[in-house]
Amino acid sequence: MEVYSQLCFLIITLVAIGWFAKRLWVIRKTILLGKPFEAYDQPLLRWKNVLLLALGQKKMFRKPFVAIMHLLVYIGFIIINIELVEIIADGILGTHRIFEKPLGSLYPILINSFEILAVLVLAACVVFLIRRNVLKLKRFLSQDLNGWPRSDANYILIAEIILMSLFLIMNTAESNTSFIISSHLKFYFNSFSTLQLSTIEHSAWWLHILGIYAFMNYLPYSKHLHIILAFPNAYYAPLTAKGTMHNMAMIQNEVLYAMQPELAPKNAVAPESFGAKEATDLTWKNILDAYSCTECGRCSMACPANTTGKLLSPRKIMMSTRDRMESISKNISINNVFVPDGKTLLHDYITVEELRACTTCNACVEECPVSISPMDIILELRRSLIMEESNAPSEWNSMFSNIENNFAPWKFSPDDRDAWTKQD
Amino acid sequence: MKVNTMAEMAASGQTPDVLFWVGCAGSFDQRAQKITKAFATILEKAGIHYAILGKEEACTGDPARRAGNEFMFQMMAYQNIQILNGYGIQKIVTTCPHCFNTLKNEYPVLGGNYEVIHHTQFLQELIESGKIKITDSNEWAGKTITYHDSCYLGRSNGIYEAPRKVLESLSLELKEMKRCKSNGLCCGAGGAQMFKEEEKGDQRVNTERANEALETKTSCVASACPFCNTMLSDGINNRAEATSTPVLDIAEIVAQAIQ
Repeated sequence: MEVYSQLCFLIITLVAIGWFAKRLWVIRKTILLGKPFEAYDQPLLRWKNVLLLALGQKKMFRKPFVAIMHLLVYIGFIIINIELVEIIADGILGTHRIFEKPLGSLYPILINSFEILAVLVLAACVVFLIRRNVLKLKRFLSQDLNGWPRSDANYILIAEIILMSLFLIMNTAESNTSFIISSHLKFYFNSFSTLQLSTIEHSAWWLHILGIYAFMNYLPYSKHLHIILAFPNAYYAPLTAKGTMHNMAMIQNEVLYAMQPELAPKNAVAPESFGAKEATDLTWKNILDAYSCTECGRCSMACPANTTGKLLSPRKIMMSTRDRMESISKNISINNVFVPDGKTLLHDYITVEELRACTTCNACVEECPVSISPMDIILELRRSLIMEESNAPSEWNSMFSNIENNFAPWKFSPDDRDAWTKQD
Repeated sequence: MKVNTMAEMAASGQTPDVLFWVGCAGSFDQRAQKITKAFATILEKAGIHYAILGKEEACTGDPARRAGNEFMFQMMAYQNIQILNGYGIQKIVTTCPHCFNTLKNEYPVLGGNYEVIHHTQFLQELIESGKIKITDSNEWAGKTITYHDSCYLGRSNGIYEAPRKVLESLSLELKEMKRCKSNGLCCGAGGAQMFKEEEKGDQRVNTERANEALETKTSCVASACPFCNTMLSDGINNRAEATSTPVLDIAEIVAQAIQ
């Protein structure tokens, strides 16, 4: 009987990890559908960003209260998962608390800290649920989150609460233990018989580990993927000043060859397209950004366009990009190659009106705790609008022609450029 | 005022210490011309050996690039770099954060490598090195002021302190707006918005920012960008209740306070 249970556990564990790994592999392939992006210089500075921004959550502390709550959940999540090693070992070997003897007096210290963290995580998740559903916080009321994204956020919090509760119930129902939190809860279980308690303990143990496997496999479909992708995203974050726009060497060379034809190679190939119309025209870092986004909305709350009622929401730019990549990924997995579906990121997922409202102020980039740049995507889509579709407001067309003819965005004579020196 | 151009300097075999990149707004916009003249006056008083490109200067391409027109940006960058490199320019100071950002961050990869500084940094240097002297009884001393961070100086390039240090050295009392430094709210002009009508919404960005600036109840709003200056002035002037709070560039404020 015991052996069947162990075998069963082993199979479930392998299937859960296998599914999870398969899904991560698909996401990796989807991200790499993006265009090349070079970010391998200065590895030390990049690792520093990983430590400060991802592990240390430096930017979260722009809002200290939420940052502390978030840190609790995060530390709890990581540290309590150490206990998973024991749970999995027990499950496979049919043992009970396999580390109790070898760790000696350290063991209760560990379990006590897990229990304290479990309570703190539970409390923080309750506060987060209240913030999202009871308090009318603008960031969470936003129409960006209508439908699935709002439920997704709640499901994660409820799942965390259930998992933490199961962990505590499991410890409480176990006889002969006196851990720091569960010992105070035993009182609720007084009326149960030894057999009932043992059943509760076993059920809680199984539900807890099954819940963790379920959560693990839900993760890659959810906004919660940031707990993994925040790390590579911090590593590959641009190290240049935020004001720097990515250079289009292709066009730089076109201009160079037009000015100095002697430099033009004999058999130069004409460039295919400019800017991004489709999500796969973006770089893989842009797509990694989209999968790292946890839809917290700090970007949109700092966006001058969004907060003055314009259609643009940087958070929605990231969500649309991920949605589009998901549909492309599904399309490829069904057809083996991408079969055109009559849609593109530009126009069908992100509209011209949204793109036109951006002031390139970098507030969204500054705010993002996981090093995402919605602005980069906006600017790449703008490039496609102008250079592929010649789609510009008439004032911009005038501005372009003024720059071309008068070397200034306004219609002044270039001869008057130094006229100010002659005024009093 | 007599301002030397690079062409004149080159003709007489001189090399200036620094090139003053005036920018399109500073050259043509009537309001911004005052900022340009104020800064040129300071340079003169400080005895800085400087020059401008004059008619040879052209738009850096910033608004075209941010609107999405990379071709036009590259054309302008090519021309400007040819001229700058032709004169062997080493150091550039500019009163426009957009020109500053483009020259400093976007020209190097195209072959234009210069030491580029913003005029607020230059002013800080001049004051700290004693090249310009603030009069003790300057008309700003003791007054309150608020400073609006330009996005292209602040978030884009991390310059928050230089403009504030300059204002403080004038014995001005700096009162911050609700959103300042890295949280600063944009004036609404960047990303080529200056050259088009705003998209539809509940409120204009510059109105919102002007309201925030006026909430500080200071005697003046300081800016360090000709576009922010225009946007904030418009925002203040378009309010229902009339206010006379001036929007002045840091160069104008300093020009009024030095010997």
